[in-house]
Amino acid sequence: MEHFTLLLAIVVAVALVFDFTNGFHDTANAMATTISTGAMKPKAAVAMSAVLNLVGAFLSVEVAKTISSGLVREDGIQPEVILAALVGAILWNLLTWLVGLPSSSSHALMGGLIGATVASIGFSGVNGDVVVTKVLIPAIAAPVVAGLAAMLATRLTYKLGKNVGEKSSAKGYRAGQIASAGLVSLAHGTNDAQKTMGIITLALVAGGALAPGSNPPVWVIVSAGMAIALGTYLGGWRIIRTMGKGLTDLQPQQGFAAQTSAAAVILASSNLGFSLSTTHSCSGAVMGAGLGRKGGVVRWSTATRMFVAWGLTLPAAGLMAAGAEFVARQGDWGVAVVAVFLVVSCAGIWLYSRRQVVDHTNVNEVEPATPVADEPGVVTTAIAAVTPPPTVAAEAAEALASDVPVVKTTISAPTPAADSTQPAGATA
Amino acid sequence: MKIDWAALGSVFGVSLLATVLLVGLFTLGIMGLSKQEAATEQGGSASLAVTGAYACFALCAAAVAYGIFLIVT
Repeated sequence: MEHFTLLLAIVVAVALVFDFTNGFHDTANAMATTISTGAMKPKAAVAMSAVLNLVGAFLSVEVAKTISSGLVREDGIQPEVILAALVGAILWNLLTWLVGLPSSSSHALMGGLIGATVASIGFSGVNGDVVVTKVLIPAIAAPVVAGLAAMLATRLTYKLGKNVGEKSSAKGYRAGQIASAGLVSLAHGTNDAQKTMGIITLALVAGGALAPGSNPPVWVIVSAGMAIALGTYLGGWRIIRTMGKGLTDLQPQQGFAAQTSAAAVILASSNLGFSLSTTHSCSGAVMGAGLGRKGGVVRWSTATRMFVAWGLTLPAAGLMAAGAEFVARQGDWGVAVVAVFLVVSCAGIWLYSRRQVVDHTNVNEVEPATPVADEPGVVTTAIAAVTPPPTVAAEAAEALASDVPVVKTTISAPTPAADSTQPAGATA
Repeated sequence: MKIDWAALGSVFGVSLLATVLLVGLFTLGIMGLSKQEAATEQGGSASLAVTGAYACFALCAAAVAYGIFLIVT
């Protein structure tokens, strides 16, 4: 490792930071329903998910040969382009975490790579077709597939199990949820930890510290697995709350149907050659399960905010990455500026999040009605701008649109309080 | 631009089928256990229901094992 330059060290460190944000951003995918239905205690759930992520990282020996699935030209990619891409992806992950919205870490990384590549060598470095086939279509298909499956499964399980005794159903669905959540965690570890290993290996090759075509060194595998597991264990409680409680109210039957659908979609898609994002599948499954129960309701205002975040992921991460690349290519001082900027903004976002802490103690509570933020970030403003703030009137209209108004109104009673928090803060 | 509709379609079909089948099986298993629960309360037993329930759970476990197999390979 005689060529191990400072730039390379920074890239590796930043890649591990991305891996970490990936872990805590995606804990919700596996564990949100398990936590919100009470199948597992919050701490135990994230601990189990962390262990399975770590195991998953070591399970598969197949190296992530391509980190961007052909999205950008990876031959001759420079370490600082990778750095810029990672910076964009990390910042987007942290911003969406701050506002508590699930969004795909892979899309953030893809957006970052596109932005950094465009800033580096121009649009010729990006395959436009692949953007449509690997990003846009899966983003629409995943929630539809998972949602439909979860909805039908929820209907079925309620229909079949209406005469089931309380005790056996509580115990049964609990076990079922834990098993399917475990599968999702394991799949996540193999996929996403591999992704980071691929990035670090690519950077090492690009920086000349590793011969082209080599497998990731053991320290890369170990550190990537540890980073994602640590991130998972710390848990993105804000996102868990949105997915477990914010989108809809889940009962154990629904949680089980949603988690099973998510696991089926993830496994089917990764084995049948049409990759679908874990986050999109899980969110879609939760919404489908919400719709599948008689009188169940999906809070479309929260869902819309989430969809907007999905739409913004690629351009936002891309723009930030392009900016980072523009500065980083200026030379050593540019890389230093980018690194310092990343550290400062991470610290800033974290400090900002401390104003209203969400952790394992209050993850299952609906958000309090007091307005939180007074200095809205770019994202909150953007999201608030495109999303009309949910009002009591909107809720009433939603309830009116329902065919069972009475049931719906009672169920969605806590909604106005829960939903007005973020937009109220953002527009204040 | 080539979109692999066949792959997308098969993902759609397989996911839908697998989810509904598994959740259905699992619910049948829970129904069986519940029958047993009710029977014991009245001092009887429902061995057929219990056997069926465990068969359902075994199939679900097999599905999970197959899932792990898919992840590992």
